[in-house]
Amino acid sequence: MKITKLSDFFVTGDPLIYGADVAIGLTMVAIVVALTAFKRWGWLWREWLTTVDHKRIGIMYVIASLLMLFRGGVDALLMRTQLALPDSMEFLKPDHYNDIFTTHGVIMILFMAMPLMFGLFNLTVPLQIGARDVAFPLLNSLSFWLFFMGAMLFNVSFVIGGSPEAGWLAYPPLSEKMFSPGVGQDFYIWGIQISGIGSLMTGINFIVTILKMRAPGMKLMKMPMFTWSVLSSCLTIILAFPILTVTLALLFIDRYFGAHFFTLDMGGNPMMYINLIWMWGHPEVYIVVLPAFGIFSEIVATFSKKRLFGYGSMVFALMSISIFSFFTWAHHFFTMGSGANVNAFFAVTTMIIAIPTGVKIFNWLFTMYKGKITFELPMLWTMAFIPCFIVGGMTGVMLSVAPADFQFHNSYFLIAHFHQVLIGGVVFGYFAGLYYWWPKVFGFKLNDKLGKWAFWLWNIGFYVCFMPQYVLGLMGMTRRVSSYSWDTGWWSWNFVSTIGGFLMGIGFLFQVWQILHSIKFMERVKGDPWGGRTLEWSIPSPAPFYNFAITPKVEGRDDWWRRKELAAKGVQDPPPKYEPIHMPKNSGTPIVMSLFWFILGFGFVFDWLWLIVPGAIGIAATMLYHSFNYDTDYYVTVDEIKKTEAKAGRVV
Amino acid sequence: MANVAANHSSHDHDHGHDGHHDLEALRTMGFWIFIITDCIIFGTLFATYAVLMNSTAGGPTGAELFEMPGVIAETFILLTSSFTSGLAVLSMNRGDKKGLIGWLIVTALLGASFITLEVTEFLKMIDEGAKISTSAFLSAFYTLVGTHGIHVSIGLIWMIALMLQVAKRGITPVTKRKIGNISLYWHFLDVVWIFVFTIVYMMGVR
Amino acid sequence: MKYKGWFLRAAAFLPLALMTFLLSGCADVVVLNPKGEIAKHQLDLIYITTGLCLIIIVPVLILTFWIAWKYRVKSKKKEAYQPEWDHSTKLEAVWWGVPILIILLIAIVTVQYSYKLEPSKALASDNKPITIQVVALDWKWLFLYPEQGIATVNYVQFPEKVPVQFQLTADAPMNSFWIPQLGGQIYTMSGMAMKLHLIADEPGDYFGTGANFSGEYFGKMTFNAKATSQADFDKWVQDVKQSYPAMSQEGYNELAQPATSLVRSFSAFPNGMFDNIVNKYVVAGEGHHHGGEAASSQNDAAAKDDQDTSKTDMSGIDMSDAGHSDAAHQH
Repeated sequence: MKITKLSDFFVTGDPLIYGADVAIGLTMVAIVVALTAFKRWGWLWREWLTTVDHKRIGIMYVIASLLMLFRGGVDALLMRTQLALPDSMEFLKPDHYNDIFTTHGVIMILFMAMPLMFGLFNLTVPLQIGARDVAFPLLNSLSFWLFFMGAMLFNVSFVIGGSPEAGWLAYPPLSEKMFSPGVGQDFYIWGIQISGIGSLMTGINFIVTILKMRAPGMKLMKMPMFTWSVLSSCLTIILAFPILTVTLALLFIDRYFGAHFFTLDMGGNPMMYINLIWMWGHPEVYIVVLPAFGIFSEIVATFSKKRLFGYGSMVFALMSISIFSFFTWAHHFFTMGSGANVNAFFAVTTMIIAIPTGVKIFNWLFTMYKGKITFELPMLWTMAFIPCFIVGGMTGVMLSVAPADFQFHNSYFLIAHFHQVLIGGVVFGYFAGLYYWWPKVFGFKLNDKLGKWAFWLWNIGFYVCFMPQYVLGLMGMTRRVSSYSWDTGWWSWNFVSTIGGFLMGIGFLFQVWQILHSIKFMERVKGDPWGGRTLEWSIPSPAPFYNFAITPKVEGRDDWWRRKELAAKGVQDPPPKYEPIHMPKNSGTPIVMSLFWFILGFGFVFDWLWLIVPGAIGIAATMLYHSFNYDTDYYVTVDEIKKTEAKAGRVV
Repeated sequence: MANVAANHSSHDHDHGHDGHHDLEALRTMGFWIFIITDCIIFGTLFATYAVLMNSTAGGPTGAELFEMPGVIAETFILLTSSFTSGLAVLSMNRGDKKGLIGWLIVTALLGASFITLEVTEFLKMIDEGAKISTSAFLSAFYTLVGTHGIHVSIGLIWMIALMLQVAKRGITPVTKRKIGNISLYWHFLDVVWIFVFTIVYMMGVR
Repeated sequence: MKYKGWFLRAAAFLPLALMTFLLSGCADVVVLNPKGEIAKHQLDLIYITTGLCLIIIVPVLILTFWIAWKYRVKSKKKEAYQPEWDHSTKLEAVWWGVPILIILLIAIVTVQYSYKLEPSKALASDNKPITIQVVALDWKWLFLYPEQGIATVNYVQFPEKVPVQFQLTADAPMNSFWIPQLGGQIYTMSGMAMKLHLIADEPGDYFGTGANFSGEYFGKMTFNAKATSQADFDKWVQDVKQSYPAMSQEGYNELAQPATSLVRSFSAFPNGMFDNIVNKYVVAGEGHHHGGEAASSQNDAAAKDDQDTSKTDMSGIDMSDAGHSDAAHQH
């Protein structure tokens, strides 16, 4: 792209953007000043930017995803504000509205749900299986930084060059150069591509971790259910994400080299893109929801003080969902005219997924049955999830009925459905997980009262926001419409929906307040605040950097619960016999390599060879540097282990 | 990407207390899973090629463009390089450092000549006016075959890096694992090429 | 925190959600207020499947709140506590079995209706069908009446109780053509001529809209679909023929430029226009049509040749074979 004047480079002409520019600039200055004033640069580099500790990487994922949740949420509220004002009252111009729904979709799925999920993987999985870290700690750090740089590259488009505006899946031909000549679409491609490579590597990393790094005695069928759900999710990742990589690459080749994969002319085939993107996109929604199912399984068992009901069924359901997710993609375009055979096939495969999902719900209910249920925050979110997800699942089955889908497709009925399963399933699930494992990660609990406020605002807000949208869909309101006229009769429902959206926004603010408040008035907890059942609760909170001073020997499901019962009977653990622990060294390679990826991506977006070349060379050079580096690990001495354990109040 | 996935290292001496995982075995497994994802990448590219192979938009077809003698030469060169990389691994297992490096050099030279032939072929086609932007068929062709070529090129750089490491450090568990992985990668690219040869060239010239 | 309040509030949501559903019987809720045969069948199907789903959903919802209430720690009554009870083949058979049965029923109904309501299938009727050709443009709808020789923009009219055969294409990014009260939508894609058969059972003004995002002013792509008596329709055609200008090819090119448009009418349009728009994106010698949905080429012989050589377009299935066989032997 030729830059002739400054306004070609910076997005101009909108007070909202100028406001954002100023805010971003001020924030950056503030961060730099603070770090310099408190002499924290070295600390930041040594302790966080170069860390390979899965727990810290997990924390960074969570922070990044909460920031992205904020941005995606602001996008959502801007949209809802626009839709509360029909006709003539233009709060947002159509092109700006299109920017916003595109970025909202991409950010919420790829830069909020995915990193929050990876954050929970990192914070929990190694602790649950009794491992000292993931299989490839450095790769783990690289995954995070690739995600981070990809997300940053995507977000830069807000102030530089212009946002993508072809919808969150960027269907061609609209996303081709012919109809989207700007750089927004290229930001979309590179932002998602770079972070997608990171996601793929996380998938590989956790599969190997779970299959190979379990504590002795932990057979596959003795694993905690969350670990099972992570395994099923990661298997889905490694099979689905390569398809996304290719699809985006082809779109990029179209735009950059003038190829004709998806163009209207010269034999290109836009329908192929729609098939390909959904071959990734449909598994993707299961990728994010499966770990949520795992989280609910842990929480329901813990807070009912009872073993998880139907363990075998649960594992079978997880795995069958993850396999079936690959055979349903065409239900996203029943109206493409593929004929009754194709539609009937994909309708049936889609419905089948409802069966294992339903079974899981029953198993959770019967885990609670004859238990002793306490309603702490994690359990509250779980209780909110069940009815919400059931109704969302029902509308999902309604949508899967192909001939009826001709009336639902692309309408607000569909929007309400997928928000109900994604918020009611994924977001509630991850919140429940955050509340559940927060004490384990940070060693203090989150304030209960503020948490209840947030919970109720989120829940009431959710129903007020999305139930009217089912009605709007049945009233013929289609998605992505930036304005409508009074005579459609849509206004009242939209207005109610907007109120609900803002209630959820206030709920989020309460959560921010809750976190800040809890940091200020630390309620310290010991290792096992909830009466947990699995290994992560058997060590101090926060966990020492090597997790387990002594590798646990597992003898059953819910091994920690078993050991607590033995201890109650007076069986003593033998005194610990420490040995040196083998640990990976921190490394700056991941962040440096990811920076080069960012430079490369930015160069490709603007077609600046003087950036592309150093970016590519930098990536290759960091890889080679790493290949030649044989000094990547060290041993923790027994003395140091004893000191650390004593500090955490353990018997040494 | 490949060398990222499998490039940590550890102390060579093994100490056998509980909970110590054999890191090299983990890395080999990780690399196998990487190969699976790469299979899906190529699978997707083959699928797009299959969809677009007849969308020549009035431009040149495969039958008009492909010159089989060159392609058959490429095929033999790559198959041979796969064989020599196998010989390299056999030397390594015998503990023969010289043989290992020697066979790796042969493999790399064969790989380089394969790439040279392919690039010449591409340049000739472009010269005849069959560019990536000429038709959907050519877009799919260049992308599929080019992706394989890029894989081979990355493999070459990686192979040279490994030769230097073996020369410096000898045959250790770590270098053994790395050579094992690149050999696996090389065989994999060979299998992919057989598919390319069959689906793109053999079916294209019919 | 009193749990009582919690449950009352939670329990209040569901009726609310249902109320919104039931309240929607009013005329504005177009999908639930069908005026055409296809839309009526689709609504029947929606009711059947919703009913079948509710067989499971309602008991589960009740069960959820009942279990949570009964086994909460704070409960005054001491309930049985069985921390080790985690398996029951009987129970699990029930909740694997019942959903399978329900889904089987829904699947059977779905497959039947899939064939019955296939949009490209002609409708049975005593009246001779009318053909209307639809072109999705950047950000307007163009309607061509090949039998009457007139054209309209963002407005379509047809007689009641007469099957309408819409032939649809796009000269812009893909869109979707939807008149909710008459029946479901169908994508409009360049280079393809899709078919959609609808019928209006009574006269009226029906809301029509584009349903697939196509760029900046996509929101302005709504139109009025008016069904009238045959006599009124014929009179309207005469009116248009007498009082409006004809559309030339240049006029069309101008109309196709990205912009919104008011309602417009034309007394004539160039011969073979629809087929030309379809074929614009089809290079000679290769097919770009969906199987069996090639452009009807009553006035364009060139398109005929094109059809003969047309290969089946990928519509997911042949694609899936290729894509999946590859994924499959990795397991």
